[in-house]
Amino acid sequence: MDWVTVMLYAVLVLLGWLNIYASVYDETIGQSIFDFSLSPGRQLLFMAAGVVIIIAILIIDMRFYDTFAYIIYGAILFLLILVPIIGKEVGGNKAWLGIGSFGVQPSEFAKFATALAVAKFVGTIGFRMDNLRNQLMLFVMIGVPMILILLQKDTGTALVFTSFLIVFYREGMSPFLIIVGIACAIIFVLALLVENNIYLYAVIGVVWAVLVFFSRKKKFKRIALLTVGALLVIGLLQSVDYVVDNVLKPHQQNRVKALINPDADPLGYGWNVTQSKIAIGSGGFWGKGFLKGTQTKFDFVPEQSTDFIFCTIGEEHGWLGSLITIGLWVVLMMRIIFIAERQKNRFTRVFAYSTLAIMLFHFSVNIGMTVGLFPVIGIPLPFFSYGGSSLWGFTIMLFILLKLDAHRGQVLQRI
Amino acid sequence: MNEGRKDIIQVLVILVSLVFLIKLFAIQVLDNKYGKLADSNAILRQVDYPVRGLIYDRNGKLLVYNSPEYDVQVVAKEIKNFDSAEFCKVFRLTPEELRKAFKELKQKKEYSPVKLTTFLTQLSNDDFARVQDRLDDFHGFYVQARSSRSYTTSAFANGLGYVSEISKNQLAKDSTQTYKQGDYIGQSGIEAYYEKYLSGKRGVRYKMRDVDGIDKGSFKDGELDTLSVPGQNLTTTIDLDLQLYGEFLMQGKSGSIVAIEPSSGEILSFVSGPSYDPNLLAGKYYSQNFKAISSDTAKPLFNRPLMAQYRPGSIFKIAQAMVALQEGVITPDTRVYCNRTIINCHGAHSNEDLRGAITHSCNPYFHNVLRRMLNKGKTNDPFEDTRIGLEEWNTHIRSFGFGAPLGIDLPNEKSGLVPNGKFYDRAYGGRPWKFSNIYSIAIGEGENLVVPLQMANFAATVANRGFFYTPHLVKSIGDSGTPLPQYLDKHYTTIDSSYFIVAVDAMQNVVQGGTGQYRASLKDIIVCGKTGTVENNPPLADHSVFIAFAPRDNPKIAVAVYVEDAGQGARAAASIASLMIEKYLLGGTQRKHIEDYVLRGEFLD
Repeated sequence: MDWVTVMLYAVLVLLGWLNIYASVYDETIGQSIFDFSLSPGRQLLFMAAGVVIIIAILIIDMRFYDTFAYIIYGAILFLLILVPIIGKEVGGNKAWLGIGSFGVQPSEFAKFATALAVAKFVGTIGFRMDNLRNQLMLFVMIGVPMILILLQKDTGTALVFTSFLIVFYREGMSPFLIIVGIACAIIFVLALLVENNIYLYAVIGVVWAVLVFFSRKKKFKRIALLTVGALLVIGLLQSVDYVVDNVLKPHQQNRVKALINPDADPLGYGWNVTQSKIAIGSGGFWGKGFLKGTQTKFDFVPEQSTDFIFCTIGEEHGWLGSLITIGLWVVLMMRIIFIAERQKNRFTRVFAYSTLAIMLFHFSVNIGMTVGLFPVIGIPLPFFSYGGSSLWGFTIMLFILLKLDAHRGQVLQRI
Repeated sequence: MNEGRKDIIQVLVILVSLVFLIKLFAIQVLDNKYGKLADSNAILRQVDYPVRGLIYDRNGKLLVYNSPEYDVQVVAKEIKNFDSAEFCKVFRLTPEELRKAFKELKQKKEYSPVKLTTFLTQLSNDDFARVQDRLDDFHGFYVQARSSRSYTTSAFANGLGYVSEISKNQLAKDSTQTYKQGDYIGQSGIEAYYEKYLSGKRGVRYKMRDVDGIDKGSFKDGELDTLSVPGQNLTTTIDLDLQLYGEFLMQGKSGSIVAIEPSSGEILSFVSGPSYDPNLLAGKYYSQNFKAISSDTAKPLFNRPLMAQYRPGSIFKIAQAMVALQEGVITPDTRVYCNRTIINCHGAHSNEDLRGAITHSCNPYFHNVLRRMLNKGKTNDPFEDTRIGLEEWNTHIRSFGFGAPLGIDLPNEKSGLVPNGKFYDRAYGGRPWKFSNIYSIAIGEGENLVVPLQMANFAATVANRGFFYTPHLVKSIGDSGTPLPQYLDKHYTTIDSSYFIVAVDAMQNVVQGGTGQYRASLKDIIVCGKTGTVENNPPLADHSVFIAFAPRDNPKIAVAVYVEDAGQGARAAASIASLMIEKYLLGGTQRKHIEDYVLRGEFLD
């Protein structure tokens, strides 16, 4: 058992719990952290259930996860299909499956299930990443849950599945696709940030000229290729406005607009970003102190115990608290990479990298949106945000990894 | 295989975290605007408006008091299920007015959707009673109690001044940051001059609230909160009865009455005609009323006693006489032949001494006296000689309080004009000038300018035989019982007290046997006065002027009356002045025919 990871997990979950308490705490009422009618009390119940889940995972034979990977994946896909049909609507999103008053979000569990399936597929003996058919199969594996989740109108969680690109990259997929994807994203953002496209055209022109100038060999072919590339970029730029105005839904357009200029409509679409930055920014270096924040606990920040939990950290614990939190995360993610790399078995390594990729995506997008670096995409900060499904989903994923890691010697013997 | 790619993934993790930490450092540590924004979000600054000081007359009669009024404030973000038709009904607004109110709300500088912002102002007590019960139906709307000024009578409007919302200009000039947009401030008169005494100190309470504006208790346990301190009451020097009587007499006329208690400089009456009802400039209809009043061609807001600069006319001869005696160029017995070929004159007289010349207002006499003063023969150059004489003359005249603001406790006092050498150099564009060019100042015409307050102060100075207290309107600030310290200083003229007996004798004669005898004399009281008839631009009638004091010994009241376009000083002005004296000393008039004559207002033949 990798006790470093277990400790990091425990610390993050406990810190999350305290911050959930701080985000709903009201001095005039003085709620108890153990009040089960409130989110901190309920989170404590979720945490207790988490411990039961951990024990179950550790008891179950490690071969179960390998063997039943596709079945688990299939079962979750089935649940995802059920959601739009019999699911219940919570906060505008039909993402919940309920039994009585108790509900779970299958999309939160789809992450580790997909990770298992991808790991199983890549771990198959004879799997070659440079095989186009294999690549296509992998995109289908992440694409199906993505589409099913998109049908629930939960764009944020759907986007999480793009993080598997990191796994594919590690397992040998050409970085070309990833680089093109990232480049497109950067161009997209630049096109939105820079009002006048002429500046961007000028930059493209300069880059093109420099590259042409320094390319000695195969001059004609190079220039032709570069010119086509430059024209493609210009085409992409031109299409951005079209995409924003015609493809994105109004609330998605607003989130993009809020990122670029939250002050334009601070009450409307800019409210979340503006209030989130105010809360974090008002924390200063040392923070206002535990339970002393005014912005989060007086509800100026929306969703302050779930997606915007980082505001409470930023406001009450300042930059120092943010540094510690982010530091803990970096240590956890580095540790997972370390664990991944010590596996002799491809299945476990791929699963480990999937865990890392999904956490990195959540970490980046969640904190990025609270500080105004990403559009508001409603995904939780793992272990911190209030919510049973999210906590359990990540707990299961992390402890399957720890279980597999604990038996890494056994696997080697088996092979 | 591909082990090297792990490093790139590690770099990615580190890079993302570094970007976050840098961004966080920028907004948390480097940029302090977020802290302020957080405070404005969560901390409600509630102003505790103090009660503005009351204003009384010299006998303790109330002049100005406060009546409650209510501002409707709104926190825009809290508005829920807003029924605009119902709102219009309850608040008696038209839909257009409501739309305008919302539009103006968003344009306000201090507007914030999460903060209390003033929405409707100055609901009266009646309006409030009607609205109060319904207010709960309109989520997000609150009422803030304030007070507006009310006046017991319509008298003394220009002296009291008015109170209204602070203007953008005033706000910009408020270097101490005491005022905020929407605050009331004294705009003119006593309200403006004594603003810092009347306004008191505002208290502030800091309260925390959540996003719905719900009270979450006081911030830092109230350690930043301050209590409001009520404004100080003022006791004016005005005698309300006399003031009302003066305004009664001035009705339908343009001009001023200023009455002063010579022994203290306290202004007993301060009438500016035409005037306005001060209640019009208080409360809800301020702006539309102000527009109407300020565009009135009769200029009711023009505070004539301090701002109307006139030529003084013949009353100035008394000052000339005093200066000439002091300079030693004449004695009381000096006689001058009334040579009407030099300058016109009136009445039957031919060769008067000084007293006689004042009594009959002999123009050639004072032409001669001024020549003696300005041309003393100190040099052979007649131009230079006049200049030397003029500067000496100027110094004496200014010592009576002419040519500079006296320093009354009101804003916008005008200085009048006492010409000197420099003035004439400019007026003549560098061409030489001498006595023969400027002699009309001898009889109070020409370039001299005075305001009625200076004339009244002059009458008080003669009554005091050579000194004055700066005229003022407030005799006690708060419970102190004393006015501002500068009003306790005696100001002496440059004229020896002994010379004033001549002026007093002559002014007594004016009333008893001279130009003022018919309308200014009283049966049991020796009134001393002097008429003036100031040339006006034809076809307008001359201005009627009279200064007086009474009784002759231990004078209790000095008064100056200036009635525009009313002809001879002996008519309108002398009548009004004597009625004022009679009212003040005897409590009312026994000369009904004079009062009727004044009220009828037909002073021209």
